Amino acid sequence: MDKTVNQKAWFLVLPVFLVVAFSAILPLMTVVNYSMQDTFGNNQFFWNGVGWFKELLDPSTDLGGRFLASLGRNLLFSAIILAIEVPLGIVVALSMPRQGWTVAASLVILALPLLIPWNVVGTIWQIFGRPDIGLLGYTLNGLGIDYNYVSNEFDAWATVIVMDVWHWTSLVALLCYAGLKSIPDAYYQAAQIDGASRWAVFKAIQLPKMNRVLLIAVLLRFMDSFMIYTEPFVVTGGGPGNSTTFVSIELVKIALGQFDLGKAAALSLVYNLIILIVCWIFYTVMTNAGAERPEKQGGA
Amino acid sequence: MARIDLVDLAHSYGGNDAPVESFALKPVTMTWRQGGAYALLGPSGCGKTTLLNLISGIVTPSRGKILFDGADITPLSTQKRNIAQVFQFPVIYDTMTVGENLAFPLKNRGVPRAEIDTRVRQIADLLDLTPNLGRKATRLTADAKQKISLGRGLVRSDVAAVLFDEPLTVIDPELKWQLRSKLKALHRELDLTMIYVTHDQTEALTFADTVVVMHDGRVVQSGTPAELFDKPEHTFVGYFIGSPGMNIVPASVSGHEARIDGHVIGLQRDYGALPAGANIEIGVRPEFVHVAAPAAGLLSATIERIDDLGRVRFARVRIGDAKFAARVPPGFSVPDNNVGLVFDPARVHVYADSRLVEGVA
Repeated sequence: MDKTVNQKAWFLVLPVFLVVAFSAILPLMTVVNYSMQDTFGNNQFFWNGVGWFKELLDPSTDLGGRFLASLGRNLLFSAIILAIEVPLGIVVALSMPRQGWTVAASLVILALPLLIPWNVVGTIWQIFGRPDIGLLGYTLNGLGIDYNYVSNEFDAWATVIVMDVWHWTSLVALLCYAGLKSIPDAYYQAAQIDGASRWAVFKAIQLPKMNRVLLIAVLLRFMDSFMIYTEPFVVTGGGPGNSTTFVSIELVKIALGQFDLGKAAALSLVYNLIILIVCWIFYTVMTNAGAERPEKQGGA
Repeated sequence: MARIDLVDLAHSYGGNDAPVESFALKPVTMTWRQGGAYALLGPSGCGKTTLLNLISGIVTPSRGKILFDGADITPLSTQKRNIAQVFQFPVIYDTMTVGENLAFPLKNRGVPRAEIDTRVRQIADLLDLTPNLGRKATRLTADAKQKISLGRGLVRSDVAAVLFDEPLTVIDPELKWQLRSKLKALHRELDLTMIYVTHDQTEALTFADTVVVMHDGRVVQSGTPAELFDKPEHTFVGYFIGSPGMNIVPASVSGHEARIDGHVIGLQRDYGALPAGANIEIGVRPEFVHVAAPAAGLLSATIERIDDLGRVRFARVRIGDAKFAARVPPGFSVPDNNVGLVFDPARVHVYADSRLVEGVA
């Protein structure tokens, strides 16, 4: 059969192409363009080659120092919230009811923090933690604990971390709960008959059956926390000093605060690249974990 | 290793106050001896899995008691009952190797390492799993997975009983035969009490030395395969076991005679004292009735079709409105649609309200 050749079919792709071009390709190319140049305002640009990228990776320069420090803070932040939210989410999921009206009730309650807009979450905690009028800050200080997230670095970190745990543990818990619900009863019955302890049931049945959803949870929480901006910006504004300035906050400072478009463009490209690499690693790990198909056994 | 006694055991998923007629398992009292191979046989929904889960402790009975060697274990949890159970679908601990899967029940009970090793090796050997011992269990086929489940059930030497809940459902027909005979061999070798739930009569009859037939939450008969075949105590047993099942036809019976459609069939025993008002039927297995050329003195029937099962042919016939199956003797060619039926009087049973009536010799 002869293939019909009709080049007009390309017109069908055109709308999508235009949308993608204007929404993704052109802005990205603009950023690439900026990253190679320096500007002193007035719409005057000077060619700088890979200069910004060199500076970015060199901790002795101002730009590199700020970028690497904020990157370090960001990784530490992600590590801490993952270390708290994943185990906590599992514990919450395990202690959730399995049947009855309490299931719906606890699902709704868990989902509530997820529905609150980010800047509202930030505002809630900003006020909640204030030593003068906030319930949390006032109570802590009333108990004799010197708590002030505006002036104390540790308090600022603690506030931002607790806020993130409050906001996002539900997501991990809901994902784990879905994983737990998919385990057939026969597994629990068999484990009972095999005399497994509660811990053995968790280790041998629940954790392995949850590992797919846990991977997704870790990926989502890592990406989200790595790109975090709104909540810490609203609560601490990146301070005290630079102590809670994460990469995205630093980026906004450089781009909009100082209007250093070249530096900001270079930083955002590297930032983007890191996220892409992490995504790719997770994607590879996840698809490999799912590729375990039963193979034919030898003999028998 | 234990004798198992069920005393007035009953269960209702609707609670104890539900009417007895709605119980998933109606009150049953029976004794299973240590070392026996039992099969619980019945159609889906007859209560056999409920009975099994009551014994293993997954379900707590609404009424009655379960005794292991005379000791009441009804309130004990599954862990404390010392029971092994194999489920319909393979249950595999994903992260463990085949060997670790088999060792799991022993490890949980603190059995010494060396003993675990010997026992696991022995069971793996019996089930042909030895080449796979070091492999991850998730990567095996459904057959092999179910063998691991079986192995976990058999690995403990001290269990009161091993319970099987239709364990061969997921297995290919060809392997089914192998595994079934393997189970039978394991039973002889390990001297364990085994209780096997199935809806497949071949499976039950080949595996068990005592088959317990259940119907609608009741145990209708418990006996050897031969007893179930020769002397079904309930019409249900008659037609559920055997292929084709027993012929059950309404008849009027008095003394040594049964009448179907006005035709008299001789009986070997005397049924003088039948309960008044009961629904009387006679039952005879197709194997013990054969078709012959129509003749005076023979019950006449019309042939609907002949089923050729290879070694034996059965004629599906009609007597009035009643359907009936009868053997076609080798070499007998059917002249036309009308035949006579020849009964073996010793094999004709009489049922009153579905229950067997023992005649007087």
